[in-house]
Amino acid sequence: MSAKIRILLTKAGLDGHDRGIKVVARALRDAGIEVIYIGRRQTPEMITNAAIQESVDGIGISVLSGAHMSIFPKIAELLKEKDAANILVFGGGIIPPQDILELKNLGVLEIFTPGTSTAVIVDFVKKTFLHQNDPVL
Amino acid sequence: MSIKEIKLAHEKWLKGPVAEYLRKSKERKDEFISNSRFPIKKIYTPLDLEEIKFDYNRDLGFPGMYPLTRGIDPLMYRGNFWVMAQIAGYGSGEDANERFKYLLEQGQSGFTIEFDLPTQVGYDSDHPLAQGEVGKVGAAIDSVLDAERLFEGIPFEKVRQIYTIINATSPIILAMFIHVFEKKGISTDQFRLTLQNDILKEYICRGLYVFPPEPSIRLSTDVMEYCILNYPNWNPLSICMVHIRTAGSTPVQEVAFGIANAIVYIERILERGLDIDLLAPKLSIIIGGYMGLFEEAAKFRATRRIWARLMKERFGAKDAKSMMARLSAFTGGYPLTAQQPANNIVRVTLEHLACVLGGAQLMGTTCYDEALAIPTEEAVQVAIRTQHVVAEESGITETVDPLAGSYFVETLTHQIEEAVLEYLQLIDEMGGAIKATEEGYFQRELAKAAYEYQKEVESGEKVVVGVNKYQVEEDARLRIFQVDPKVEKRQISRLNELKSVRDTKEVEKTLQKVRRDAEEEKNIMPSILDAVRSYATIGEISDVLRDVFGEHKEESNYM
Repeated sequence: MSAKIRILLTKAGLDGHDRGIKVVARALRDAGIEVIYIGRRQTPEMITNAAIQESVDGIGISVLSGAHMSIFPKIAELLKEKDAANILVFGGGIIPPQDILELKNLGVLEIFTPGTSTAVIVDFVKKTFLHQNDPVL
Repeated sequence: MSIKEIKLAHEKWLKGPVAEYLRKSKERKDEFISNSRFPIKKIYTPLDLEEIKFDYNRDLGFPGMYPLTRGIDPLMYRGNFWVMAQIAGYGSGEDANERFKYLLEQGQSGFTIEFDLPTQVGYDSDHPLAQGEVGKVGAAIDSVLDAERLFEGIPFEKVRQIYTIINATSPIILAMFIHVFEKKGISTDQFRLTLQNDILKEYICRGLYVFPPEPSIRLSTDVMEYCILNYPNWNPLSICMVHIRTAGSTPVQEVAFGIANAIVYIERILERGLDIDLLAPKLSIIIGGYMGLFEEAAKFRATRRIWARLMKERFGAKDAKSMMARLSAFTGGYPLTAQQPANNIVRVTLEHLACVLGGAQLMGTTCYDEALAIPTEEAVQVAIRTQHVVAEESGITETVDPLAGSYFVETLTHQIEEAVLEYLQLIDEMGGAIKATEEGYFQRELAKAAYEYQKEVESGEKVVVGVNKYQVEEDARLRIFQVDPKVEKRQISRLNELKSVRDTKEVEKTLQKVRRDAEEEKNIMPSILDAVRSYATIGEISDVLRDVFGEHKEESNYM
């Protein structure tokens, strides 16, 4: 039996609106994914440290304040520095299309914008992280 | 027709035409449920007024007279339209200033100032945590010089009200504004300054707290006390309901949780020996206008009646002005869609209509592009014109409280009031709003309601046009607003310049005084006024307070 997928969810930057990320957390949990939600005002350092400490498979980041181009690149950089680039990053919030392209070039897997259903996000997480938890034969 | 006769006729209707219809066809839904989870009946009649023991004089009365259900002014919009005050703020002080002037030119009579996140949580623009955030969601205010830029050349004679969305750092922004008005010779009687200053709601839904709850409430109370005694024309507290709704609450929770917080603030001011009749006339409430037209309008009416009764019965208010719920209404954020943004104009119109039918005193309308970014000038112009069309062309402002007497609306008003009072009793039994916040009660209720809403959207039970029904292949690239990326650099260089020219010794002295007054539980306003006048920055002052009070760390598992 494969181990549960472990995802760290977080708000990043100074914005405090956590309705969306909490809905995503609940939807992932309901789908059998293990979610560690670390809350508001998390810096890139705090996020990467927590992700490594919790041995998660992926990090989901909510940014609504427009600070995404400061936050995501720094997290990608820190993960690389700490030899943890196997932890994959995705996110959502208020992020314009041209920035989404740039973020994907930096290795962010997916950015979920307003109107996305939790079903799509659950599906993405399951498909993306499934193989990592296949039993070793 | 007597009630008995109506009852018989109602039966006849159910057994006759309705039964016949339902034999061949069916209703669109199995259940019709309101946003507050009240079942919605097929039809409302005098029987419903009978059931709620509706009494015109006791439950409605006349506008401007207790219990104020029909409105706080005797003639409402026949006298004056509400203050039209769009939310604006981005970039540096001068950028926001430009937008304020544009909005005043477009015919609005006030404005609502949004500050950037570093300003709201007391970080200067050069703080590491401010990186990427400066000027993005509001105006960046580091020092009193930025506050001056905000108001440069504003024709104050055209301004009825200024609403400032500031909470954790409200003492500092208030001090800066007072200094600017003094320096520019702007008479503070000319307009009403309203401060949001509602720190309690930050812990449960908005997240822009700095210090732990107790010292934060003390600061908020300091601001209230200072304004009550020195600026009687101003509203130093705006009890926030709309943010609670934004976080996912039902309309009933929006009102109930907001009032529960209000009770805490009122008790704190009374503890300082100030009379309820000195405080209450200066309170304001910020309420949301969402979809669900009749329930929203009923919500406003219920809020006025609940508030009036609360002030009179719980707090013993005697002044007629104390019982009046001054409502500032803002149309919703989360109902706006990124898909087919033009539809948002319709949504905002309906939401705004609810606010007008509800009888609010100040209104801001959200913009069609706000699911994607803060609004462009074009989008905000449409939002203002929405208010103008409703005010001048719709006909609904020709008489006061036109929905009164509607069997449906009076039933809803009653249901909402009852449900709110139930919540207030529950929260009282828990030990009040602070206890409820510390124990995560509000947060869990909000997370639950938000999740239920999302499930309803995803199942299709709740239709969101363009998102789960009537979708199109989205390809239109809407021009969205972008904050000038140079703002952050500009603010940082201004900070450097300021620090090189100001009297450092004076700044240190004034910051010491802030620390002492914070520690000695004196009203913080005089020392903060001195600090801003010496050009201490918002970050420097906040850091002193952080040192004295500590920083709040949220319990992230309340969901």
